[in-house]
Order: sequence, then C-alpha cells, then structure tokens
Amino acid sequence: MTILIVAEHDHHELKPATRSAVTAAMALGGDIHLLVTGHGLEKVAQAAAKVLGVTRVRVADDLAYAHGLPENLAPLLVRIAPDYTTVMAAADSFGKNLLPRVAALLDVAMVSEITQVVDQNTFVRPIYAGNLNATVQTTDAIKVLTVRATSFPAAPDGGAAAIDTLPATGDAGLSTWLSTEIQPTDRVELSTARVVVSGGRALGSAEQFQQVLAPLAAKLNAALGATRAAVDAGYAPNEWQVGQTGMVVAPDLYIAVGVSGAVQHLAGMKDSRVIVAINHDPDAPIFQWADYGLVADLFETVKELEHNL
Amino acid sequence: MKLLVAIKRVVDYNIKVRPKADGSDVDIATVKMSINPFDEVAVEEALRLKEAGIATEVVAVAVGTAQSQDVLRHALAMGVDRAILVETDAVTEPLATAKLLKAVVQREQPQLTLIGKQAIDDDAAETGQMLAALLNVGQGTFASKLELTADRVVVTREISGGQEKVSLPLPAVITTDLRLNEPRYVKLPNLMQAKKKPIETLKSSDLGMDQAPRLKLLRVAEPPARAPGVKVSGVSELLQKLRNEAKVLP
Repeated sequence: MTILIVAEHDHHELKPATRSAVTAAMALGGDIHLLVTGHGLEKVAQAAAKVLGVTRVRVADDLAYAHGLPENLAPLLVRIAPDYTTVMAAADSFGKNLLPRVAALLDVAMVSEITQVVDQNTFVRPIYAGNLNATVQTTDAIKVLTVRATSFPAAPDGGAAAIDTLPATGDAGLSTWLSTEIQPTDRVELSTARVVVSGGRALGSAEQFQQVLAPLAAKLNAALGATRAAVDAGYAPNEWQVGQTGMVVAPDLYIAVGVSGAVQHLAGMKDSRVIVAINHDPDAPIFQWADYGLVADLFETVKELEHNL
Repeated sequence: MKLLVAIKRVVDYNIKVRPKADGSDVDIATVKMSINPFDEVAVEEALRLKEAGIATEVVAVAVGTAQSQDVLRHALAMGVDRAILVETDAVTEPLATAKLLKAVVQREQPQLTLIGKQAIDDDAAETGQMLAALLNVGQGTFASKLELTADRVVVTREISGGQEKVSLPLPAVITTDLRLNEPRYVKLPNLMQAKKKPIETLKSSDLGMDQAPRLKLLRVAEPPARAPGVKVSGVSELLQKLRNEAKVLP
C-alpha cells in the first residue's frame, strides 16, 4: 500500500491543496510519497519533505516539466505508477489536467474530486454541481484520484521524509508552453481565505463592485469572490469566479452580496461554515442556504456593516 | 480542415435532480434532457472556425442511447455538417467514452477534436484528457480562447489564479470552458430542418473497444442538509450573531 501524490507548487512552496491531498491519503493508509516535478526544485523538495505524513519525496527535475505540461508529465507518471496502489493529486487546474491523461494511459478509471474516503476502494464525490453525492467503488488495480481540497484539512509540517531523484522522461513534443499570467495577489487568495466576500450581478458595475465590496473585504481580511453572472458582466475578473465551473471554496465565513443563489454558484460555496446573504429580494434562493439572511438594500447594508466592524 | 465535436445528452441544467427512492442512482426517468452546456460551447466554437474560413467541415458525435439523437439534432440545427451516434445502452464511463471517441477520430481523421471540459451530470472532467492520451496528441484543456492555424492551435487556458497559453501541433484535443463563446440560439425552422437530416449510427459493439465498467455506483444521496438559517432584522443583529453565536468574528 503505497500512495503517490503529485504535488502542485510554485517552485518555492507547496500549494495548500496538495497538503489536503496528503490528509486524504492518510485516510487511505499506507506509505505516502510526494512527487515533485518541475525545474529547479531544491527549495520546494525541502519543503515537501517536511510535510507530516509524507515518507518519501521523489524529485523529477527537467526543463520539460517546468510548466506542468501533462503531455510531458504523463509518461513519467506511467513509468512509476506500477510501484503504487494509488496515484492522486489535488483537484485543481493542474491535477484535473494531468490525472485523466495518466489514468487513460494506465487503462484505469479515475475518480474525480473525492470529498470523502469510505475505504481503500470506495469514495464519495459530488455530482450534479454538488446537488447529489455519489458513493463509487473502483475495481482497478491502480486507483487514480483527485481530491477536493476544501473537504480535507491541510497536512501541517512536522515530518522529515527522505528525498530521492527520478530520471526525467523528456519532452514528448506534443505541446509548447508560451506564457502564464497570474493575477497579482496583493489580495488574500480566494482558495484559502478564511473569509470570502462575494458579489453578484446586483452590484451593477465593475466600479460599484470595487467601491462597495473592497472596503468590507479589506476590513475582514477577506478574499473577493464573484458569481459567473458578475464575471460575465465584466464586474470582476475570471479568477474570482466561485461555482461549479470556477473555484470551490469553503471558508469560515462567506458573505454573499447581491447573489441570487443559482445552483451553479452554490456548488462552489455551500460547504462554507457560515453563510451570510444580503439581498433585497426575499425570495432569492440564496436565503435557503444562508445561516443569516438580511433582506435589505445591499449598498446601504454593506456600508453600514463595514462601518460597524 | 475537418473538426470533430463530441457532445453528451445530460439532464437540463435548470433541473434539480433527486436520487431514486432506493438510493441506487439518480432519478432521471422523466426529466428534461439537453445538450451538455460545455459541449454546446464546443459546437459553437467549431462553427465559428468554419464561418471564419479556417475549418471546412464540422462533424458532431455523441456516445449514448438512441435518445442522444436529440442533442445531435440540436447540433445539426446549430449548423454542423454531419452527425454520428455511437449507440450504446451501457452506462458510459469517461474511459469507455474516450475509447469509443478514439475509434471515431481514427475513422474521421479530424485535425481538431473539441469537447466540453466537463459534463454537468457526473462533473468528472476527464473524457477530453483521456481521449488526447489515447490518441497520443496534445490537450488544450479548459480553453477560453483558440487561435487555429493550418498546423497548430494556440490555446488560452483558464488555470487557478489566471491564464496560461500553450501551443499544440495538430491534430489535438480541446476541452472548452463556458467563457470561450456564447452559443447561438437555435431557430425553430433550423430545428425542423434538422429533424430531416440523416444521423449515421454506429453500434458501440462494432468499434472494437473495451467498454467494461470499472466503477461501481454504490449509492446516490442528497448531501446532508444545512441547519435552517434565520433572517436578521439589520446589521447590528447580524454582527451580534456573527460574533456571539457563530463566533466567526472577533
């Protein structure tokens, strides 16, 4: 029983979602190896070795791995997978891109975005935008899983794993990385924020979205989020989108401002610990999910809320 | 240049589904079905590439029961040139679907295959990547922009916190995000015409692919309900509750 977790990182630190995958692996039981791929990995390999629960860090350093291209990484995974009972990663854009490719090459099914480990072969995962939970059992010799990070706490530091290196498989010649544009984050990161202030179309414009929500978010040290409707209307950038097709978050406090509560949005935030909804429409579906609902004009209310914090 | 678009028939996105009474599966017996919205975006993109003079033919393919003809007719009404149904009564897991699509790709030899990044029923988001793997070609997943030339495609991809651009030699597989485009409305006359167009049907068993299920669905259930919330009268009551009851604010 040895589990391989493909780590996601920025060449300095592990992404918190990878630490959540470690916690999910501990629920499965067995040795846990963390595979760190990229180019120039000394620092992040050291960080990976400190994660509690990880017994070995495997480093594959190659220029072809620098940007996480699945065409180049999949052959590496396929080569080492026979040593493992389970190959897993966090269910974010890196893991979702890579692991289905690996599963197909191994000719095994994949279980996406698990939220619960029932036993070594059985997992719970959300379907229909989280309206239902499916319990599924794999029958394949190697299990390939992605893990929904918000369902498992991040594994802390406290370990001292051995580090070994793996030979690289090189460039498959099927893809070329051109550029990556990550929005500058002077803000709190949405995926890991303790508090999220999220806005819908009712904010009315990009200017009002900023003017109304940013001061509240700043006072609460919160990340800003948005509905798809608000993003499509140009009020907020894509990266802020919370929902079935955007980010899935589960902060301690989620404040939904002018959000109607479409199922696609609920899919991304309904596991938040405390949900507050502020909306002038008493029939808005969001109120069925809110722990605290306030039927009121959002512009007045948010201002008052911010002043009283 | 020929484009292939893979589409799936799913429960309409406006429907709230429920488990069957015995919890064995999702109850979809009487609900409205539609084309998977992400696949509709893939169809639209293919049609725009044809209208821009870059592609010459757009072929739609669906894997599913005979009823999947509905969504193929929807694609025909949108403007695709031909439609193929890979007919199967079995539950098609992403891996089996990818294998059947591989057989169709080998037959049709498209330069680019487009498919939605996920289906809104199982939310697996696997089939496109699996198809690319089985074909040993590049994958441009979660695409929000495509720039297609005669021998390459540049894909802008939605990733955590931003965007990435990759360049793939053709042939390649693209999985489409909602942000790529807004699909056209289907006009009634087009839908009527599409009803008369032929749909080529292939039996999945004739394609020589292993379709054995690998996953067992043990149970479908609604997630645990949240405790019912309360309406508060104003900001001061809200803050009092958040501080003293929920204890999420200092």
